Amino acid sequence: MNLTRRDFLKIAAVTGGIAVAGTPVVKSVLALGKKPVLLPQYVPTTCEMCFWRCGVIAKVVDGKVVKLDGNPIHPNSRGKLCARGHGGIGLLYDPDRLKTPLINTGSRGEGKFKKASWDEALGYVADKMQKIKEKYSAESIALLTHGTVSTYFLHLLQAFGSPNFAMPSFALCRGARDVAFEVTYGENVGNYERVDIQNSKVIVLMGSHYGENAHNSLCQEFAEAVSKGAIVIVADPRFSTAAGKAKYWLPIKPATDLALLLSWINVIINEGLYDKEYVAKYTVGFNEVANSVKEYTPEWAQKETDIPANLIIETARIIGKNKPNVLINPGRHTAWYSDNVQRLRAVAILIALLGSYGKPGGIYLNPSKKLEPVFLSEKDYPEPQKPSINKGNYPFAGEEGVTHSIVKATLTENPYPIKGWFITQTNIMKAMPNQKDTLKAIQKLDLLVAVDIMPYDGVMLADVVLPECTYLERHDDLFTVKEKAFGISLRQPVVQPMYDTKPGWWIAKELGKRLGLDDYFTWNTFEDFLKMKCKAWGIDYSELAKKGYISFPESEKPYITADNEPKFKTPSGKIELYSKELKEKGFDPVPKYTKHEQPQEGWFRLIYGRAPVHTFSRTTNNPSLWELMKENTAWVNAKVAKRMGLENGEYIVLINQDGVKSNKVRIKITERIRPDCVYLVHGFSTTSKLLKKAYLRGADDQQLITRYTIEPIAGTVGMRVNFVKIAREV
Amino acid sequence: MPRYVMVIDVERCIGCMACIVACKKENNVADGYFRTRVVEEVRGEFPYLRMELRSELCNHCENAPCIDACPTGASHRAKNGTVQIDKQKCIGCKACILACPYDARYSTPEGVADKCTFCEHRLKEGKKPACVETCLGKSRIFGDLDDPNSEVSQLLKKYDASVRLEFAGTSPRVFYINKKFAGGSL
Repeated sequence: MNLTRRDFLKIAAVTGGIAVAGTPVVKSVLALGKKPVLLPQYVPTTCEMCFWRCGVIAKVVDGKVVKLDGNPIHPNSRGKLCARGHGGIGLLYDPDRLKTPLINTGSRGEGKFKKASWDEALGYVADKMQKIKEKYSAESIALLTHGTVSTYFLHLLQAFGSPNFAMPSFALCRGARDVAFEVTYGENVGNYERVDIQNSKVIVLMGSHYGENAHNSLCQEFAEAVSKGAIVIVADPRFSTAAGKAKYWLPIKPATDLALLLSWINVIINEGLYDKEYVAKYTVGFNEVANSVKEYTPEWAQKETDIPANLIIETARIIGKNKPNVLINPGRHTAWYSDNVQRLRAVAILIALLGSYGKPGGIYLNPSKKLEPVFLSEKDYPEPQKPSINKGNYPFAGEEGVTHSIVKATLTENPYPIKGWFITQTNIMKAMPNQKDTLKAIQKLDLLVAVDIMPYDGVMLADVVLPECTYLERHDDLFTVKEKAFGISLRQPVVQPMYDTKPGWWIAKELGKRLGLDDYFTWNTFEDFLKMKCKAWGIDYSELAKKGYISFPESEKPYITADNEPKFKTPSGKIELYSKELKEKGFDPVPKYTKHEQPQEGWFRLIYGRAPVHTFSRTTNNPSLWELMKENTAWVNAKVAKRMGLENGEYIVLINQDGVKSNKVRIKITERIRPDCVYLVHGFSTTSKLLKKAYLRGADDQQLITRYTIEPIAGTVGMRVNFVKIAREV
Repeated sequence: MPRYVMVIDVERCIGCMACIVACKKENNVADGYFRTRVVEEVRGEFPYLRMELRSELCNHCENAPCIDACPTGASHRAKNGTVQIDKQKCIGCKACILACPYDARYSTPEGVADKCTFCEHRLKEGKKPACVETCLGKSRIFGDLDDPNSEVSQLLKKYDASVRLEFAGTSPRVFYINKKFAGGSL
């Protein structure tokens, strides 16, 4: 018998679940007296290197992850991974990982940690939580967390009796977009944005920088569309990678995007370039919009935006003539200014006028799949005794909560004191603006708990640190994927947890036990719960564990057709170009332009964005990614730099309007940015000494965002409202 | 024998750097070393700009100066036409590193020469190089130039391709096409 290498590969079939350390060898080969061969095992799971959550197949040899690849059947990865996805190995084997529970023995935030056992750490947390509940109330504990992966912590908090959770993903990121689309279409555009890029003839990006923002499947489709000859129009103060692919780069004056959108609408209505049939059939409020945009002529917009009127008209015509196969990209991080929802409303309205909602190349429709919710426990949560504070007084704030409402309530103790913060997988110092407020707020607390993988800035402030294992070492809740077809993605451990780290679900369950909430955690392991959930949904768990992803192709109905008419869950049942709902709550029912402050001579607006190899601060210490980008640079326009006598690559510091000075940062002198702004990639310059690679590397944009605006509709934040001066590092 | 080549469609590169990390993990490349890179070239003045992103790697030249420079035969042409290094034979003299006009080689911490292998081990398994497989933009296209139906053959037939430093006379097997600007801008 002569086994070739290819035969070995066939034998090393895809496994479901943990690859066992001491990987199996082929017995027959041993019997033949040949050298034992370690067979790789391939285990599918779901990525957590960013929030796109691609399907991953981990190659495990002898209990060690040696390679991560994209799962070909997962629609978000399509057999490919981005740099961060491949770099997941760097997170798993980062020597700076949190390895044991820690208890701070110094003053609040001092980070004077002693190692603790899980029993001691969990006991400490449960005891403090009970004390807060007795002295104040259960509602005085708040949770700052990040999305689906923390279902068990959200469950724990609500079982304990507090409704006060908030995720940065709303007010500090996608919230304005989601609210604008909910108001207009009765539904948001999805967390995997339902953008049909690969079929777009025209792609309009407002600040979105695909390529640098490396959301996997969108990047794949973007490149495909570019290659097929799609006309790309990019409005961005910076010549982004995407702008490099564009036919039209509109170097817009920051904070004036709404002027461009309204003038595009003006031209498209005036020249009759909108989809009259679609507008008549599916929308209400066209006349109100038409009247309202009359004043927003291209000539007016030129003065606001710095974009020549003829170029506004030319691009409007290209957009209008290619309808409906046009993507006006709704973007993702939309926490820019004090009128985020209205700006995104203009995007939503423009999409409707072009009739591209539900059409190829526009926004495709949600897959139709109904699944009954499966709860983490049968038992109902106790009724909160006090009103929740997590949505502030913002009538359209989303279910995810508003982080600054928690900070504010903690600072003011109004309407009641918040005395405990539970933070899970959220770097509160890098995610939230005005770090001074955050630091002041935590001094008001009786308990600050952090659950995380790495000793991030926020973790260093905690009283108790509970080390979670990485996504490659744990189960999480099922991911429902609403791509064109509906699907379910599984996260499962591919190797055993390293060190004394535990899965998040275990931490929540164990805390529940100590808080007398056993009835809420009746499953033994989280996998038991997942099996139960799969059973309820009619999904074969073992198949899911083997494949990592299960698709429901019959759910795919992306476009409007005679037998697939869209239903809009708005009060009128139609797309609301004019929003009665907004009007009733005292807001502009159609978007009106707001003029924002511009920098004075010698000052620059601080803008920020993404790099393809990093996910905010979370990856800056990851050895596999750090070596590709160790620090960020401050982008400064070449003429400005010349005038100031600055040299490319030298260290500078940025000083904001409140006198806050950044860490030293290298200057990138470039033609690729307007003269009135400075750009930083977000997430750098950690102040955590335990992150040995990333410690004080580059400049922290969030440190300079001392000022932020809050828009009144949904409470979303404006973070591009800070001005900086450039100074030489001395 | 096949004639393996890589075609880089620069228009499709979105600079995501996935190729770089995938390559490092696939080939267990030491910290701080890279077998491939993405180069950004910007032309013009604000606001009239043009930018090209371009992957660079070993060109597996048909007329390879590294092979000529190697005193021991460690750098050699493999049967499949690619340029490879036999690490057992490498004495770490670095002559090949100096001879390569493309800065494609480096000396490992162990002191031997190293570079892109076109993922020879994967080719044997019928797979494409790791960088090609993961390239989000499908900017890297790999195949057999002797097969007239292969994607690389088709692309090179259809578009004017350029190579890096053509004047060096090395006959690279990595070709660059730019569909928008015929003739490329290298």
